Amino acid sequence: MDMITIPAVNLTPILPEIILSVLAMALLLINVFVQSSKKTYLSYISFIGVVGTAVLVGSGWGTHIESFSGAVVQDNFATFFKMIFLLAAGLAILIADQYMEREDCNHGELYPLILFTVVGMMLMAAGTDLMTIFLGLEVMSVSLYVLAGFNRANTKSNEAGLKYFLLGAFSTGFLLYGMALTYGATGSTRISVIATQAGQMGMSSGNILFLAGMLLILTGFCFKIAVVPFHMWTPDVYEGAPTPMTAFMSAGPKAAGFAAALRLLLIAFPTLQADWSQLLWVLAVLTMTVGNITALRQDNIKRILAYSSIAHAGYALVGMAAGNSTGTAGILFYMLSYTFMNIGAFAVIILVGKKGESNGNVQDFAGLGFKHPMLAVAMTIFLFSLSGMPPTAGFIGKFYLFSGAIQKGYIWLAVIGVLNSAASVYYYLRVMVYMYMKDPTEDFAWTKVSAPIALCLVLSVAGTMVLGIVPSIILQYAQEAIKLI
Amino acid sequence: MLGAYLPILLLVIVAIAFGLVSLTFSSLIGPKKKSALKLSPYESGCEPVGTARDRFSIKFYLIAMLFILFDIEAVFLYPWAILYKKLGVFGLVEMGLFIVILFVGYIYVWKKGALEWE
Amino acid sequence: MFDNVWLIPLFPLIGFLINGFFGKKIKNEAVIGGIGTLMIFLSFIVSCGILMQMIGLPAEQRVFEKVVFPWIHSGNLKVDMAFLLDPLSCVMIMVVTGVGTLIHLYSIGYMHGEEGFYRFFAYLNLFCMSMLLLVLGNNMLVMFIGWEGVGLCSYLLIGYYFHKKSAGDAAKKAFVMNRVGDFGFLIGMFTLFWWFGSNHNIWTINFTEIKAASHLLPYGGVVTVATLCFFLGATGKSAQLPLYTWLPDAMEGPTPVSALIHAATMVTAGVYMIGRMSFVFIKSPETMMVVAVIGAATAIFAATIGTAQNDIKRVLAYSTVSQLGFMFLAMGVGAFTAGIFHLMTHAFFKACLFLGSGSVIHSMHHALHHAHSHDDAQDMRNMGGLKSAMPITFITFLVSTIAIAGIPGFSGFFSKDEILWQAFSNPFHGQLNMVLWGVGAIAACFTAFYMFRLVFMTFFGECRITPKAKGHLHESPLVITIPLMVLGLLAVVGGYIGLPKLIGDMLGGIPNYFEHWLEPVFAQAHEYSTQYAHAGGHHSHSLEWGLMGLSVVIALIGITIAFTLYIKNTELPGKFTATFPALHRAVYNKWYMDELYDFAIVNPCKALGRFLWKGFDVVVIDGIVNGVANVVLGFSGIFRFIQSGLIGNYAWSMAFGVVVILGYYVFK
Repeated sequence: MDMITIPAVNLTPILPEIILSVLAMALLLINVFVQSSKKTYLSYISFIGVVGTAVLVGSGWGTHIESFSGAVVQDNFATFFKMIFLLAAGLAILIADQYMEREDCNHGELYPLILFTVVGMMLMAAGTDLMTIFLGLEVMSVSLYVLAGFNRANTKSNEAGLKYFLLGAFSTGFLLYGMALTYGATGSTRISVIATQAGQMGMSSGNILFLAGMLLILTGFCFKIAVVPFHMWTPDVYEGAPTPMTAFMSAGPKAAGFAAALRLLLIAFPTLQADWSQLLWVLAVLTMTVGNITALRQDNIKRILAYSSIAHAGYALVGMAAGNSTGTAGILFYMLSYTFMNIGAFAVIILVGKKGESNGNVQDFAGLGFKHPMLAVAMTIFLFSLSGMPPTAGFIGKFYLFSGAIQKGYIWLAVIGVLNSAASVYYYLRVMVYMYMKDPTEDFAWTKVSAPIALCLVLSVAGTMVLGIVPSIILQYAQEAIKLI
Repeated sequence: MLGAYLPILLLVIVAIAFGLVSLTFSSLIGPKKKSALKLSPYESGCEPVGTARDRFSIKFYLIAMLFILFDIEAVFLYPWAILYKKLGVFGLVEMGLFIVILFVGYIYVWKKGALEWE
Repeated sequence: MFDNVWLIPLFPLIGFLINGFFGKKIKNEAVIGGIGTLMIFLSFIVSCGILMQMIGLPAEQRVFEKVVFPWIHSGNLKVDMAFLLDPLSCVMIMVVTGVGTLIHLYSIGYMHGEEGFYRFFAYLNLFCMSMLLLVLGNNMLVMFIGWEGVGLCSYLLIGYYFHKKSAGDAAKKAFVMNRVGDFGFLIGMFTLFWWFGSNHNIWTINFTEIKAASHLLPYGGVVTVATLCFFLGATGKSAQLPLYTWLPDAMEGPTPVSALIHAATMVTAGVYMIGRMSFVFIKSPETMMVVAVIGAATAIFAATIGTAQNDIKRVLAYSTVSQLGFMFLAMGVGAFTAGIFHLMTHAFFKACLFLGSGSVIHSMHHALHHAHSHDDAQDMRNMGGLKSAMPITFITFLVSTIAIAGIPGFSGFFSKDEILWQAFSNPFHGQLNMVLWGVGAIAACFTAFYMFRLVFMTFFGECRITPKAKGHLHESPLVITIPLMVLGLLAVVGGYIGLPKLIGDMLGGIPNYFEHWLEPVFAQAHEYSTQYAHAGGHHSHSLEWGLMGLSVVIALIGITIAFTLYIKNTELPGKFTATFPALHRAVYNKWYMDELYDFAIVNPCKALGRFLWKGFDVVVIDGIVNGVANVVLGFSGIFRFIQSGLIGNYAWSMAFGVVVILGYYVFK
């Protein structure tokens, strides 16, 4: 009897994914077997797990290992993004417990779900096969749908979960269709093979099948990273989801979308660069403008940050449209910076907010600067960074993104980006005006700042400032990471 | 070329024939006691007439979902069983892992109380 | 040791972080003050190690650059966070950390019981860090961070008693005037960067690289522009004409701050900066002349004002302005070593004087407080006869006064006399030399006069406070007097490392250590100076001896006048004032400089500001901005309307997007 030959499998590239999956399953079981209403210990375990995984991932820096016949790879690009995901997850775990406790929805499933999301995101970043990427995307998305609707007792959270799920499923259809068309055109789902096939057969924009495949795949990712006109879910979902999960969603999955999209566009579809570059040019302008302009009129701080996150996706698209090393390294740097500053801002929102998701309007920040100066200073730093002012991470990130565009010759794109940044200052500053220039409307009864949230704030402030003052220490890694692409 | 599909064609014919024949015979042979309840269309034990926006107990969905989950996972066992010998130890280990993961889910569901009706 | 140079600014930074973030929680003054003092002391130890190592090296190897991390690499601009160790920065870190440690120690006693004790130490540490960055930076940008940082700390510390309006105003004044100067610094930096880059493709702001390329610089021309801009920066930071008026007002801050920031370290940053870039400044004879003239003018101008002030700290403030003038005079006549030497000795004796005045004020305040008197504790007219009550303060104060007055044997004599001699004999300014020397000598006379007036009014004669309060006068605790004694000692002996050659030869060939030490730093500048210096700068030894004797006589004259007026014949000052009321009023009111500034600059600026605000901003700018904003907000409303919340609409929008994108690309 002839045996089926099993290809040699090297598990090293997916070791982090395996560890996190096992940990998540273990946590699921611990959660049901240990009878305890407090779930804090689960957050500690998962945090330690995330840190340990980060050490493992970090130790793989500089290596290049392919496995599963080239469906998964461990390279610097994947490593850099995996670190971002782990950072986002770690910070989200730190801020989750106190919030979930307050909102009476501290179910232990939260932490396994976060870990599964990370596994999905990691597969997206490490996947070099359309199937792997799709698998990762689904693992990530399904977990996120649940996380968005995690606060079962809150109708807004339910709405968020359902909306995200329905629209997400819809967009997945496009993505999968695009993958199918690409497979049809090139006969492979392997990214490297797609590229060689396209190169050999001279497939460029003339080949409708190939072009449509690329466009549909791009559309699918555009949904995940909230690009206009596929962004409509963002404000509703971000507002409704539990705040720590909003923080996580805005940083991690967005970065994962960029990771997969970058790998695909730059490796599989370089022959179509003229087309996607042009398309991204338009989408970047639309995204930045719509995101920023709509944010101007919002009062709910979570909605403001939701629109701001759309705008930030637009800034990152500027770097992707440029597609050169400066712009691409800029995206990597920006995603890391955004993780720090956005999760930090959400941590402050959690502390200002009150039970039942109340106290979430800009007006509720009135007088924060006097009542809780440290918190206000931290928020100020995050907002400055989000609006892109030196000496913060946001400034440097935008600087590299826009420099990339200028190097590519997209002067106008950079100009529009800068104008958008200027407009965005309005709604960020508005929060600061309330914090420092208005008297508090009522006496605050402060929820105590728990140690994990404090740690998250310290890390976020440190990250935002260090990246802003000495960007070169991270930038050199970002530049290393994109060398393979 | 098309000859390869001949067994399928035969299968389809046999299936249709079986259905037609059995229905015909049962209507011919069986006794007929008509009642309002018996004449109403069958709808899974539910009231067939009324508003279509009626609410079901969520427990149905839960059970249905769990059923589909484990049912579909069980489907994967068939191709593996057919190729069991060719896949060898590797296949066994892989399927073992697969079952373990399923089992974790099963324990979780069980302990969570999702299998209890009340 | 050199490799550990980054520790020097790091320690105070740690101190700042600890006290800044946790000081409020720590509460315990001993811990807070201890941490602050310990951190700067650790820096001092590292600095000592570096000094020792540098002394062990041959002169030509005494330059070391340490890149801590690459900082800004953008296009042609490459800036590292890097430190430069050479004999000059070595002197500066020794002064900053040494005097800094003593003043930190002093502050523990002086600030005892003050509200915001932790805030004070946090700022003080932050200041030390900034100052160390300033003197250690190997490029202009790192120096500029320090430059701005010390300005910020100065602002924070002047406004330490922020609930007092005068303190707040003084802080703002200092900040604004410094900003005017900083503007000059930046322009100067850009000019040099641009000139080297566009003409020689050398894009750098690194001092060593500029030095290496400095032979490319022309004499005058663009160098004059750049150096004048830098000098504008120096006038702001070092309180020279015309940007000096903030320094006397800065006395609103606590006294240790005045001693550390507004006497010993920060205000000397301008002098240091010129020393650091001596090879650029020397290439512009015009700038050198401007520096010398401004320095001499400030020296005499501030000295005259100092003669009529009654607030003990104000006298010292004007004295500082005047002494800084002497340093700039030295820089302007190419005597860089002498300028830095005076910077160092001045740091010793002026810090000692300020701390001594602080000790006096402390004691006075205490006494007046017990007597329920509301008299001003800083007004010398309320003092007198304190020498018996406060012997240690008195002796250290007297020693430092003798030093600043320029009596032979004390540190101030050696440095000041060197400056005056160089002003007289330098080969750069021709006939102007006589004027520079004359002005400097008269300023020295005034210095001796007002300093001894201060001593006589404070420590001698009858005590002018109520007898009840008098009983409460007491010597300050050890934590205050120890720094006084150390600084007093340094004020005496600090000058001997820089003996003039003339005296050294006489004493059996003791070399001028200080000059040899700094020689490699300024060698380049001296080489350039030979290009245009006048020949025949030779003067006989007898002339030098003569001038030295003359300056001693001048100092003695000043002291004698002070003695006559304030000890022997105390009615005379009143008579003098009555005879020349206008003159006294003018001097007492600081030559009406503040009023002049208000009239000539501040008020027109305010008027312009008001016009721009009411006339231009409100009508034109706001009109445009609000118009744009309204349009944008209108769009925002439309987008918000589209965001209906209905999932069907969202899905339609996505489908629409896909159709448009696909349609465009497929049918294009």
